[in-house]
Formats: sequence, structure tokens, C-alpha cells
Amino acid sequence: MNEPTCRNTPLYEQHCELGARMAPFANWNMPIQYSSGIIAEHTHTRKAVSLFDICHMGEFEVQGTNAATALDLIFARPVKDQPVGVCRYNFLLNTDGRVMDDLIVYRLADDKFFIVVNAGTRDTDAAQISSKLPDDIQFKDVSDTTAKLDLQGPLSADILQLLGLPIKQLPTYFHWGQVNIADVPVLLSRTGYTGELGFELYFNANKAAYMWKQLLKFSQVNPAGLGARDTLRLEMGYALYGHELSLEHTPLEAGYGMMLKLDRESQRDFIGKTALLRETRHLKLIGIRLDGRRAAREGAAVLSNGTIIGRVTSGAFGPSVGSAIAMAYVDVKSCPQPEDEVKLEAGRVILTGKVSSLPFYKNGSVRNKL
Amino acid sequence: MKYYSEDHEWVEIEGDEATVGLSEYAANELGDITFVELPSEDEDLIIGDTIGVVESVKAASDIYCPISGTVAAINDELEDEPELINESPEEKGWICKLKNIDISEVDDMMTPDAYAKYLKTLI
Repeated sequence: MNEPTCRNTPLYEQHCELGARMAPFANWNMPIQYSSGIIAEHTHTRKAVSLFDICHMGEFEVQGTNAATALDLIFARPVKDQPVGVCRYNFLLNTDGRVMDDLIVYRLADDKFFIVVNAGTRDTDAAQISSKLPDDIQFKDVSDTTAKLDLQGPLSADILQLLGLPIKQLPTYFHWGQVNIADVPVLLSRTGYTGELGFELYFNANKAAYMWKQLLKFSQVNPAGLGARDTLRLEMGYALYGHELSLEHTPLEAGYGMMLKLDRESQRDFIGKTALLRETRHLKLIGIRLDGRRAAREGAAVLSNGTIIGRVTSGAFGPSVGSAIAMAYVDVKSCPQPEDEVKLEAGRVILTGKVSSLPFYKNGSVRNKL
Repeated sequence: MKYYSEDHEWVEIEGDEATVGLSEYAANELGDITFVELPSEDEDLIIGDTIGVVESVKAASDIYCPISGTVAAINDELEDEPELINESPEEKGWICKLKNIDISEVDDMMTPDAYAKYLKTLI
């Protein structure tokens, strides 16, 4: 069903031809699954390689002599010390230390950055970032002219080699490189959201249909939709904005405290830091592996010894785990430890499970050396 | 004879027993089914009662009893192989068998032809 207010990506016709089931996501008509179904697409990504249309996500360019210093103040993790060639996972916080978005900053050059943001927060991110940048730094929302395709799975590097990229041109984990794929200039990064070896391709939106076809012509590559993207990321314990991360939560609650290197003595300032230093953490994000296949969905209560200690933020059957899995915010005072038994409310029934370390799925190829 | 409900359950009458399941359309719409909750044997059900739950990767849906009766058998293969509903919704993926049925209740249901026409109105 297409929502009339929703936008289509440049690949809308290709999805329809492939028999995709479309549904609205962040005001975009997106393929949730193709004809083979979510589990087949999930499994194929874990053992071969899948292609995802991620054109809905937002991309910004920031350029100027002092861009690094300016962005260092805007994002929770440092930008100034980020080398050219590196991609860094980062957070945009408000002054209360709450998460406006999670995003990836690419340092393209000393004075130039590429920022990849969630579709649903693109406009608020653009407003926040551009309003905090000094006048001599240029901010450009290039989302509408940028296509993004994710090629994910243990065979993804083989496909890029078949397309003529020598292995030494492939970027290493959380690095990017400028390459040509099928004669199209592509910003290629070794990043993704599946837990498998994979790449994200950014290029001119008017080449989207061409590139989609070039990548799908290999028999090993199948299209995969947002349904599989969600079960793949959940098995890895990756946060999804609007679920584990939102304006209700700080990155500390979500378990990213180590990454932020928060230090009262640190000279580095950023928006939200004062609030984070003041904050007493009440919640903790945990993983729960359920005993059965039945899922506890978002909002389900988590109980320990008969008391509600928290709520599920994401929950689904994990095809590669073989049972239902969930992430949940629980009271830090409940001190959940791996293997502790918990109960979850799923409608009329109570499900049982155990606190689990993350990721749930531990055999991913994401960090494989090439 | 086989009959269909507007909620996409099917009922097949053989003698004085009815087999109940989900239609192929419903199975396709639900996507990959990962869990099925079945009724209990000997449970007395009234038309419209919830007889179980099917969960797909993305959502959970109730299954409604299309005809009143007592549960005579359940398809417990679905506990380990819920995907049978996707693979064979109208045969191997049956949900339960009912006895003590009131055959006149199927008068309000659709024949396969009428159901096929009904599906066209949904698209």
C-alpha cells in the first residue's frame, strides 16, 4: 500500500518489478521484503551477499577551513582528531544530552566532511547542525542528489572485485575510499548495519537504477528489504533510532559511555556534555534472548522476580539465533547480569528469557580481514 | 466442501468434523511465520473466539474461530515448523480439527469462488 504523502526512492519501479512489499518508513515508500521473504533475505545476507536500497537516508556536506573545530562542538564524539579516510559513528545531542540522531561522520579532507543521517531526522539534524555552524562554513543537504546502496554479506568484497576493484582499493573497516564502479564515481565505505562484511555506496542519484542493475546481475547478489535489515541489526544489538535511541535517552543509557570518553577534566566541550556530566544514569540497555520463538514486541514489560524493571525497545524472531530476541531498557538498580532469568509480557501471555550479552549473533563476518 | 471467512480462515467439512486453517492469501500477507499458538484439545470454541496467534517476523495476528465446536485435534507440527503455514497453508499448515460443529454456520461463509472474488475487492 502506498501512502500518498510518502516519497519514493529512485528505485521504486525496480522494487515493484521485483514484487517487493512496500510500506511507509519515515515518510518514504520502502521495500520491506521481496518475494523470497524476510527470513530468506536475512539468511542470504549472512551467508552470501544482499543489496539494500538505502536511498531514503540523508547526507550532508560540511566544508570550511574551521569545519573540524566547529563540528567537534556539535557532535558528542570528537571530530577534530578524526583522520582523513576514517568514518566515525557519532551522536547529535541536544543541550539536555538526549539523542537527536545517531550518524556517521566521514572525513573527506582536512576541511571537508560527509555526514550520513537517519531519514526520519534529516530535517531536524540539518536545522540543528547548520544553525550551530559559523557563517564561513558551508553546509549542504545533498540527500536528494545522493543515492545510497548497501552491499552486505561475506561475499560483498568478491562482487566488488568482479566489478574490477582490486582488493587493495577496498577500504578497511570504518574507512572510506573514492572509487569507480561500473564507470560511476562512488564514495565507498566499509560500513553497514548487518554484522557482515559489507560496503555502503554513495553516488549520484541519477545513476541509482544503473548501479542497482550492475550489482544485481551477479547471481550471488539478492535484493533485501528493510525487514531483513531490521532482524540483521537486532541480532547484532545495533541501536535503531526511534527505538533504542531517541530524545528520551542519553547515549550513556544506551551503553555508549566508553565511546564518549566523558571526563570532567577533558578540555573538549560539546553540546550536551554538561547535562551528561550531571546525569545519574537510571536506565541500562540490555539484550534478552527468549526461550522460545515467540517475540516480545516494543513496549512489552520486562519483569524480574514479579516486578516490572523495564520495557522492550525492539523485539523479533532472530533467524540466525533460532529464537526470539529483544533489546530493552531496564532500571540500572535491577543490575541484570547475563543469564539472569526475566519474564516478558506479550499481550495475554508471559514469555520467559535470559539476559544476554550483545551481539546475540557472534559469527558475523563484519570485521573479516580481506 | 471448503468455506472461507472474511478474516481469511478456511473450514473444510468432512463428515461431522471441520478442519480449520489460514488461507493462502493470509499466509502470504503475514510473511514468514515464526511462531503459532494453538488452541488446546477438548477446548469448546464459539464462532469468533480467538483460537490462536500467528506471528511473522514483523507482527502478531490473532486467528479467529470461523465455526463453533470442540477441538478434536491440533496440528502440533506447527510448534516446530511454523513455516508449514507459509509452505502449505491450505493442507499441511492446517491449525485444528473441530467436532460437535453446527454445519449451518457455514451458510454465512464464502465458497472458494466467492472468496476469490472477495480477495479482488481487497486490492
